[in-house]
Amino acid sequence: MEKRGGNILVLTILVCVFATYNLVLYLQPTSGSTAPLMSETALEGEKIWQENNCTACHQLYGLGGYLGPDLTNIISHPYKGSGYAKAFFNSGVSSMPKFDFSETEKEALVQFLEHVDRTGYYPNLNAEFGADGWVSIKYK
Amino acid sequence: MTRHFPLLFIALGLVALVLGSFIGLLISFTYLDATFLKEIIPFNQLRPLHTTTVVSWIVLGATGGVYYYLSQIKNITIYAPKLGFFHFILFALTGVAIYISLLSGRMGGREYLEYFPLLTIPILVGWILFGFNYFKSLFGKIKNRPVYLWMWGTGIVFMVYHLSEAHFWIFSDIRSDFIKDMGIQWKSYGSFFGSWNMLIYGTAIYLMSKIKKDENVARGKTVFFFYFLGLTNLMFGWAHHTYILPNADWIRYVAYVISMTEWIILIHIIYAWAKSLSKAQKKENSMAYRFLMASEFWVFVNLILALLMSIPALNYYMHGTHITVAHSMGTTIGINTCILLASVSYIVKIISGPLTSKTGYYGFILFNISLAVFWLSLVIGGVYKAVWMSNPENLSFSTLHSESTPIFWLFFLSGCALFIGITMISAPLLKRLYNHMKLSKEQSN
Ligand code: HEC
Ligand code: HEM
Repeated sequence: MEKRGGNILVLTILVCVFATYNLVLYLQPTSGSTAPLMSETALEGEKIWQENNCTACHQLYGLGGYLGPDLTNIISHPYKGSGYAKAFFNSGVSSMPKFDFSETEKEALVQFLEHVDRTGYYPNLNAEFGADGWVSIKYK
Repeated sequence: MTRHFPLLFIALGLVALVLGSFIGLLISFTYLDATFLKEIIPFNQLRPLHTTTVVSWIVLGATGGVYYYLSQIKNITIYAPKLGFFHFILFALTGVAIYISLLSGRMGGREYLEYFPLLTIPILVGWILFGFNYFKSLFGKIKNRPVYLWMWGTGIVFMVYHLSEAHFWIFSDIRSDFIKDMGIQWKSYGSFFGSWNMLIYGTAIYLMSKIKKDENVARGKTVFFFYFLGLTNLMFGWAHHTYILPNADWIRYVAYVISMTEWIILIHIIYAWAKSLSKAQKKENSMAYRFLMASEFWVFVNLILALLMSIPALNYYMHGTHITVAHSMGTTIGINTCILLASVSYIVKIISGPLTSKTGYYGFILFNISLAVFWLSLVIGGVYKAVWMSNPENLSFSTLHSESTPIFWLFFLSGCALFIGITMISAPLLKRLYNHMKLSKEQSN
């Protein structure tokens, strides 16, 4: 491998495999969930979610900042749900900024969270653990 | 001024490090007092201000170093110094624009890239100019290139690619498939951390070869093997960030298998360390060497944590807790920042003689001790939350939060010490850089 030619060969092979892998990831269905695509309203809700950077404090699937709780399954939570979530948006509770969303915006946010809820579970409490360290997660 | 552009990158980077750490202190206080600064500038604007500022330190520090070292290599001159200077101005102005965007609340809201999305364009242009200048400077100049030249080139190219990939959510086909969208977003993040690591580990190898005065450090089969192993992980290892996302199994399998190859790195480190014990090594007495040694320790600790987190069964518990923050800050501070501070110390020594400042030395000690406490407090906080999460009948989130208060105090106080340490290290370096640039300006007048 000292020779430059050898290194270039290895690099070329890696880049080719990477390109194929990327194309599959971008163009093929990759999701294990059976949820339909996002509706217009849900997309609108996601836009509001982004513009207000809710991610700084909330996680979806455990990804995000950690000052507030994870919201992946808040809609299907036995004691919570869409009405409960809606009540929080403009509440300004604890560190959460006091937002001033209109009824339409709140509805869009709820639709977004509803969509997220339909895509899967977090935490994935019924996942199965293998002896090899693998975890088979439960899909929705 | 134009010809000093590598030093300008570094000086601005150091300012970003000190400022970014200070903002870190402000946001960590929100954990203790939820309404702290809430009416003035809420956490959702301050957190991205922190992450963007400290990431800028890493990018600026690494870029300035690569430009500087490039000009030091025999037979190489920088192809277009004016373009390098323009790159600096472009990044500095974009930085100002990002601050305006975050402070005024005009956000894009994707984690780590929360600023107004169009600002990515000048950042991409900057990286493309960097790449152009880099490859043009090297083209046809040296044969049998040392590994760091490969690593820097790879880092630049992949940075451009993954920064673009992070914005694929603008395509409606991707955006409307939530899981795919999140998957690609985290794929790009995993890989652009990998890309800047190429720049930074390349710098570490360059420094080692110079400090040990041994070019073999950067040549030969073993170093190239590790370069390709790193590249493979950069390309295919990202999904360990998203094991819990309901993606197709094969994506997660690939990431699991690839991530486990990093045990080879760990074993290699232990082996090299054991071997070095048997040899009486000449200890270097410079700040650069000290920082490199410290970074080796932090690589060791953080690699163990990262490897454990890459095992799905452990990731299941660690994911979504402050253990991931221990991992991200542990690596960006312990590894990246240490290597970059070694690099800055090395450059400052070249331009203005050995660093004798006691302040810097005590800062170094304080930095490492406080980082250890800081890191541990995040891990403990994470374990606490992991236990809470795995119990479906758990207490409310706000109870968990208030029960974790003692850990948050530990986090905040060690953060204060860390900030002081960082300032004590950076101030003398900045002063030297400033004096050097001022002096050469006076001489040229
Ligand atoms: C500065 C941090 C912060 C930001 C930004 C923030 N939140 Fe919150 N949010 C919190 C905290 C903390 C709680 C938990 C309050 C409590 O239970 O005491 C919370 C609670 C919630 C809850 C109730 C969760 C539950 O399980 O009880 C919802 C829903 C919510 N936030 C939605 C949002 C949305 C939507 C946005 C963006 C428009 C947002 N939040 C932005 C901090 C934040
Ligand atoms: C010196 C004092 C510092 C303090 C008190 C501090 C504090 C914090 C806090 C509170 C967070 C947010 C965690 C959350 O979402 O709950 C954070 C995130 C982060 N900080 Fe710092 N920080 C400091 C310095 C630094 C430095 C010097 C760097 C890098 C060079 C850094 C890199 C990061 C990164 C990358 C994140 C994102 C973490 C993630 O998303 O997992 N921090 N920091």
